[in-house]
Amino acid sequence: MKADEFCLLLKGYGFNFFAGVPCTILKDIIGHLLNDRDVIYITATREEEAIGIATGAYLGGKKSVVLMQNSGIGNSMGALGSLPLLYKVPMLLLVSWRGYRGKDAPEHLIMGEAMLKLLRSVGIPFQVLSQWGIEEEVSTAVRDMEKRQIPIALLLRRGVIK
Amino acid sequence: MKRCEAIKAIAGLLKKDEPVISANGMISREMCATRDRSHNFYMLGSMGLASSIGLGLALSVPNKKVIVIDGDGNVLMNLGSLTTIGKLCPKNLIHVVLDNESHDSTGGQPTASKIAKLEEIAKASGFKTTRRASSIEMLKEAMKELLASDGPSFLLAKVKRGGEPVPRVPYEPEVVKDRFKKALFDD
Repeated sequence: MKADEFCLLLKGYGFNFFAGVPCTILKDIIGHLLNDRDVIYITATREEEAIGIATGAYLGGKKSVVLMQNSGIGNSMGALGSLPLLYKVPMLLLVSWRGYRGKDAPEHLIMGEAMLKLLRSVGIPFQVLSQWGIEEEVSTAVRDMEKRQIPIALLLRRGVIK
Repeated sequence: MKRCEAIKAIAGLLKKDEPVISANGMISREMCATRDRSHNFYMLGSMGLASSIGLGLALSVPNKKVIVIDGDGNVLMNLGSLTTIGKLCPKNLIHVVLDNESHDSTGGQPTASKIAKLEEIAKASGFKTTRRASSIEMLKEAMKELLASDGPSFLLAKVKRGGEPVPRVPYEPEVVKDRFKKALFDD
């Protein structure tokens, strides 16, 4: 799927507020969001800041997505645990998966290996996005998010979004 | 001035419907004990993120004045937030910092705000108005001015360390959130 189609897919579910820290895997998606006048995209300085901003936007009636690299899951575990998970704030976490299957630059390997364990350890459900099943995977994640009112992670490997 | 006096002074100047985000620790407890209202969002954890929550809210409800009541330790954990606010420049955000130069809720460990002038950092980051208050009178005057003008505004209030024991916020986190959202959209 192309980045603009993916953004349209998210907008189709009503997501209209985005905050994040960039990653090269996310750059085309972020580029579209930055140029889209119908949505707000905020460049945060750290991932937990983005989670705070997204929570505030939710309180103000927006539907929020936080974008980050998986290293940011490590940075923001405390914030996830004591803000959206604690207060039951629904949001999507669009997380690029660096270090997938041990194939990446060395700085990504440990967090890449740890990511699923980190998400499971605090009870954040996730969907790994695949090239041919994105619509179904996003639909499942959004349904889960609405039902449980918590953050749900969409994991994006290199090459899935063109 | 004491922190509880500063919170009382701010709370006394609020109308019914300004949303308030209060930082975790003693600030939320004292806000709840002083003037509990549905428009208060009491943070329990996620230290440092009060100004970020306030920013997201301010951008989403541009017709409401959003007030963040923060502490020096909290701001120092998320200094980058000041630069994000300065860049986006929401007119409807007031960031108040009660500065006792310490992590008072956890034993009074000193912070860097004895040296670092947080209001100057806010100014350099792009906040439209910054004020510094060292007495209740100054705080009230500055707060009245900021409530009546466009922001983003930053108000640093120097407060004494310590305070009387205050009970914990008696609501479940989900209740805090639900009543806050409801109050905001019932207005």
